Amino acid sequence: MSDQHHEKKGYYTGDIHNEFIEEHHDPSAKKRIWKTFWILLTVTLFEVGIAFTSIPHNILLIIFITLTLVKAGYIVYIFMHLMHEKKIFQMAILVPFVLIIYLIAISLYEGSVLDVFWLTY
Amino acid sequence: MWFFLVSDAFTFSSLIIAYGTLRHRFADIWPDANEVFHHFPFVDAHVPLAYVGLMTFILIMSSVTMVLAVEAGQRRDNKAVAKWMLWTILGGLIFLGSQAWEWYHFIVGTEHGRVLADGTVIHGANLIVNEYGESPLFADFFFFITGFHGFHVFSGVVINFIIYLKVVNGDYLKRGHYEQVEKAGLYWHFVDLVWVFVFTFFYLV
Repeated sequence: MSDQHHEKKGYYTGDIHNEFIEEHHDPSAKKRIWKTFWILLTVTLFEVGIAFTSIPHNILLIIFITLTLVKAGYIVYIFMHLMHEKKIFQMAILVPFVLIIYLIAISLYEGSVLDVFWLTY
Repeated sequence: MWFFLVSDAFTFSSLIIAYGTLRHRFADIWPDANEVFHHFPFVDAHVPLAYVGLMTFILIMSSVTMVLAVEAGQRRDNKAVAKWMLWTILGGLIFLGSQAWEWYHFIVGTEHGRVLADGTVIHGANLIVNEYGESPLFADFFFFITGFHGFHVFSGVVINFIIYLKVVNGDYLKRGHYEQVEKAGLYWHFVDLVWVFVFTFFYLV
């Protein structure tokens, strides 16, 4: 295979690191973008659709939050290309959000418990 | 860019969680968003979620055109990058206009308004009172969170416009790569991402 001896195509970033970035030609990229668009659109329409059904509010809430996280996942992984990044970098971005789960837990607890102190709004 | 976005995501999370906490606390007097946002331009009808659904569609669409610009940049197709950037800017401007329209209707309110026990009538909303419910918190959070997001959209449009001018000028073609476009793209997708959450927690739930 003579191709292996050819120089890889790409560019140098030109900043202080002058890192070599390999050019990635992905013919399926466009297809993936449009597929993601249709998924996002369908999920949004579905959400608007079930908002007016008589599904109990608590179940609706869980469905909405799950679907929102699904949409967020598609945006971050496909549109923002997080899936092309190194695994350790993905972790560095995603792991801090564990703290947000903790914040949600303590805030909801505060919201339901501290009535005595919040007599006025 | 990624780490800036993480910190910005934390800011938005804190705002939305604060909103959630107080809404949870005052759930009994919290107004139903479907009764507040049910206008649609040029149509005199009661259509909750329709307009904001359209706004979501516009923002997702502009995210798609942005990612197509980035994709064209990887192929060094300068013309295509410029074209998709322009569509993205247009989408952002339409979204901003829609938000201004939404704010206008929220602030002006309805003709009948809300009548208090002593006979005074409240129309629309400001930071102290609003006609939609007894608590001013609903309007306060609406103004602050959608306003903060709207300002992000505005700065995103400005950044995209600068990048667009540089693309048209051929700067990235000369430099050999389109990394700036990718960075502006990250910011723009982030704005879309935040809207997905605002949409859920302000309008759907």
